[in-house]
Parts: sequence; C-alpha cells; structure tokens
Amino acid sequence: MISNMLVAEAVSVQNWTYILVGVTFAIYISIAIWSRANSTKEFYVAGGGVSPWANGMATAADWMSAASFLGMAGIISFAGYDGAVYLMGWTGGYVLLALLLAPYLRKFGKFTVPDFIGDRYYSDTARVVAVLCALLVSFTYVAGQMRGVGIVFSRFLEVDINTGVIIGMLIVLFYAVLGGMKGITYTQVAQYCVLIFAFMVPAIFISIQMTGNPIPQIGMGGKVEGGVYLLDKLDGLSTELGFNEYTEGSKSLIDVFAITLALMVGTAGLPHVIVRFFTVKRVRDARKSAGIALLLIAVLYTTAPAVAVFARTNMIETVSNQPYSDVPQWFKKWETTGLITFTDKNNDGLIQYVADESQNELVVDRDIMVLANPEIANLPNWVIALVAAGGLAAALSTAAGLLLVISASVSHDLIKKVYNPNISEKGELIAARISAIGAVCIAGYFGINPPDFVAAVVALAFGLAAASFFPAIVLGIFYKRMNKEGAIAGMVVGILIMLYYIVKYKFGWLDDTIPDKSEWWFGISPEGFGAIAMVVNFVVSIVVMKFTKAPPEEVQEIVENIRIPSGAGDAVEH
Amino acid sequence: MTDKDKAKAYWKENIKYVLILLSIWFIVSYGAGIIFKDALNSIRLGGFKLGFWFAQQGSIYVFVILIFVYVRLMNKLDKKYGYDK
Repeated sequence: MISNMLVAEAVSVQNWTYILVGVTFAIYISIAIWSRANSTKEFYVAGGGVSPWANGMATAADWMSAASFLGMAGIISFAGYDGAVYLMGWTGGYVLLALLLAPYLRKFGKFTVPDFIGDRYYSDTARVVAVLCALLVSFTYVAGQMRGVGIVFSRFLEVDINTGVIIGMLIVLFYAVLGGMKGITYTQVAQYCVLIFAFMVPAIFISIQMTGNPIPQIGMGGKVEGGVYLLDKLDGLSTELGFNEYTEGSKSLIDVFAITLALMVGTAGLPHVIVRFFTVKRVRDARKSAGIALLLIAVLYTTAPAVAVFARTNMIETVSNQPYSDVPQWFKKWETTGLITFTDKNNDGLIQYVADESQNELVVDRDIMVLANPEIANLPNWVIALVAAGGLAAALSTAAGLLLVISASVSHDLIKKVYNPNISEKGELIAARISAIGAVCIAGYFGINPPDFVAAVVALAFGLAAASFFPAIVLGIFYKRMNKEGAIAGMVVGILIMLYYIVKYKFGWLDDTIPDKSEWWFGISPEGFGAIAMVVNFVVSIVVMKFTKAPPEEVQEIVENIRIPSGAGDAVEH
Repeated sequence: MTDKDKAKAYWKENIKYVLILLSIWFIVSYGAGIIFKDALNSIRLGGFKLGFWFAQQGSIYVFVILIFVYVRLMNKLDKKYGYDK
C-alpha cells in the first residue's frame, strides 16, 4: 500500500496527463474505426437503431460541453444563488424535450430539424430559414468548444493553445468524418464515462475532506469542523468580506425568471440535442432515452453546485488575509498564467480579498475553479490529470455533435433537399464528409482566432434557438392549423428581435457604448431575452396564421400521424 | 370506435398528462426556486435553506422524476389504445 502510494507520487501530473489523455484518445479512435458509417442513414442517424441507454449516454455527453464541465461550477461559485439559472435552465429543457418534442420528431422519422420544418410547413423557404438558424447556432457553439480543447492542452501538456486546437481538430475530424453519427454516438458513450468519472472523483474527495460525507449533494448541506453548516459558514464569510450572502444572489427576480426560461426553451430547441432522438428505434425509446439523458446529466448538474460551495469556501479560507509570502504552490502556478493576479494595494503583505473594488487585491478567473480545485484540496496527481482528460472528453463530444449538425445541414438540407434532389446516395455521403471536413476547419479557425465576443454569442445561440426552432416545432405538432405563413413570419420576427436586442444591449453596436441596465426592456438582460423573443414568435405565428389559409389536407394528415406512436418506421431515406 | 376517434381520445389523454406534469415542472422551478424562494428560505432542510435547495438541487431531481413518470404513463396509454406495436 505504502509502496503503491510512493509510486503514484513519483509520477508527475504531466506524465499522468499524457497517460490518461493517450489512453482515452486511443479508445475514441478504436471506436471510430469499428463503427464506420457506410450509408447516409448511418452517417446522419447512426442507422436508427441506437438503444435508449446508449442514446441517453451519448446525449448527455453531447450536451455537457467544456462550459458545463470546466466553467459552470466556477461561475456558480462566484454567482451563488444566481447560478441556479444555469442549473435549472440547462436541465429543465429536457422535460420540454421529452414531453413536447422528442417522441413526435422521432415518429416523423427524418434526418434533421430543418427536414421537419421544411416538410411540416411545406416550404423550402422555411427549410432554408431553419438551416441558417441551425448553422448560426452550431457555429457559435463549436468555436467555444475548440477553444476549450486548446486551453486544456496548453495548461496540462505545455503545448501552446493553437497546437492544442489543431490536435483536437484532427481527432474530431477522424472520428466524425469516418463514423458520422454512428461513430459519434459510440465515442460519446465512452466520453460520458470518462467525463463523469473525472468530475465525480475530485468532488467526492473534497466532500469527504470538508464535510466527512462522500456524497457531494449531501455534503453541501452538511456541517464542517466546528459543527457549523457549510452554507451558513460561507454566507458568513461572504458578508464579512462585503459580498452578498452566497445563498441570496444579486440578480432581479424577473431576470432570473427570464434567463431560466430562455435557457430551458433554448436547450429544447438546440438542433444537436434534438437530432439525437432521431437515432433510436421506437417512439417509446425516444421518451425513455430523454429520461436517461437527464438522469445522467443530473449527476453532474447536482454535483456542480456542491463543488462551487467547496471551492469558494476553500479559496476564501486559504487566501483571505494570509501573508502573500506563505501562499501555496498552486497559487504561484496559476499566477504565472495570469489567471490569478494579486496587487498589494496597501503594502501590508497580506491578501485582501473583498467586494469593494478599491480595496480588493485579488482577482481570480472563474474558469480555473474546476481545474484548480483538486490542487487547492491537495489531491493526488492522477486526480488532477483526470480532470484534464475529462475536460477534453466534454469538449470533444460536444464539438463532434455540433459538426455533424453542420455537415448534415449542408449535405442533406441544402444540397439534397434544395439544390440537387437527384444526387445519389453515394454522392450525398461524400458531400456529407466534405462538409464535415469544411466545418472542422472553420471551427478550428475560430478556436485559434476566437472572436472577442465568444461569451456573448453563447447567449445568442440559446436565444436564437428559443426564438426560432422551439415555437416552430411545438406549433407544428400541437396546432394542426399552423401554416407556413405563420411559422416563417414567427421565426423571422423572433430571430430579428433577438439579434436586435443582443446587438444593442450586449455588443453596444447601435450606440457608442453598451446601454445601461436601466434601459433593458422589463429589466431583462440580453441573456434572458430569448424568453421574450420566444413569446413574440408564438404571438406573430398565431396572428399571421389567422389571416392566411389553412395548410393543405396532406400536411394536416402528417400532423395527425406523428401524434400516434405506432408504426414509427426506421428513419426514412428519401 | 373508429381509428379517428381512437386517435382523438388518445391525444386528449396525452395532453392531460402533459399539462399536469408541466404544471409541476413550473411550480417546482419557477415557483419554489424563484418566485417563492425568499418565503421558503425561512424553512430549513438540514444545512440548506429550502428555496435555495429547490433552485440548486430539488428542481433537478423533480425534472428527472417527471420524465420517468411520463414514460410510464405513456407506455400504459400506448398499450390501452393498442399503439404499442
């Protein structure tokens, strides 16, 4: 036992990282070779025979990105209660998916979201609008993923960020182009296992350290040394330093409400999530796999707020009012990356970490909380390396899912359905692979040259999905009389108003500066505006529909047909 | 019952389930976690204030349960109407 520990200590973090990243990458590549796609049906929907558990795991990995894995706990640890918008927003959408969308889209049984919009609204205009939305949403998202891959590589393997991005591109290129949806599905299953293990191990270690309870979700509400509840202690520490109570937060009620709603509806409208439900065999499997996906996602999403509380308490206790000369090793290490900065404003040699900007001496980048957490808690080297492998799994799985949406939008929705309906099966498969290669290159470009508004465009991605797809699909299923005029008008107006609000209040391009919060409509931030844009879409769709003629008989029959679960054939080749 | 009537009846029952479950979805997250958070915070669940717990833990557990309840209800409903083949 002791000799084992000595061996473990002798292997450095970096070597552990090489080993774990090497092994996991070898697994992903083997899976890709084993599950090559030979037809468009395999390339787009993995052949349509994925089991509910495999699809649930793949959906969970697809959904949990570098942002969920690396960023979310950090954001929550600084936002306190307000972090609930992400926790509820990014899980509650699955209830909408399972109850309102997934079973019907599976019954409809085509390959993509624009397929549904185009057929249900009997219009290539609607199809093209949907394709543009899908491309915009997916590209915004994927740029952030490639950047995440680069950052993890550079931090742990000491290569520069750009080299990291290129390595990530090559890996994704290999298994997405070769395997299509089939390859992606089974690598995502493996990636879910890697990422959830990597997230839970340090969380469990730290929970035991701080509260004596191995279950972080319970440890979070437990007592620390001295018999005080952890959350009460953190509330106390926060107010002492001049911050709001951790369990209170600072956003207004209406904004918390709107952001949560926008994220829920946006989640349900994201094409790379929806398309996963086209891959299962039957309608009942679509419902079940939505439940499994959320269960697996919830493991991470209920642990993250616990990690946030542990990390925040640990950090304040380790650094606040401590002499700078005594700071631990990890502090120095992250200081060299510029992600922790200390300026001794009053020259007393102590670290003052307080809410008041003029006296605060410590700035900690939120994104390092998950990465630095195992080091702060003094965990063994292999655990620290595991976090790197988990972060890569999270980023790669999401990037691959998005790239597939992009390639299917081009090869299937645009080339096959609009420009060249006579293209052969083989030709379409080649087109799909070429589009995937093109998409990887563009994503890599954005990863290397990130637009400086990456964080802002993520809000835009959810807002656009909420403002366009969600209402169009829900109305398409639940409102038989909804016609193409209504749906197109709703999507176009929804998107335009969303773009306007982001451009004006987030980027500040319409005025000389970004307008003050007090000018927000109803006090709702750009992050939450998707909720309003969604409502606008619904209203416009219904009003326009009332003044235009009902959809043709055969379309109304499609609607009646998708409402009944039996007879869902395989995803139709067409 | 003709096929059309059967489909209509099935759809009606489905909509009823969806409405009930979505009401719970709304009450737990937007109600307990957001609108009534402050009031609920005066109640404690171990180390948690109840409103805070709903916002960061409880609502997520309820979401998972809601989907599995829907799965069960619909599997039964499919069977009742013979749509399970």
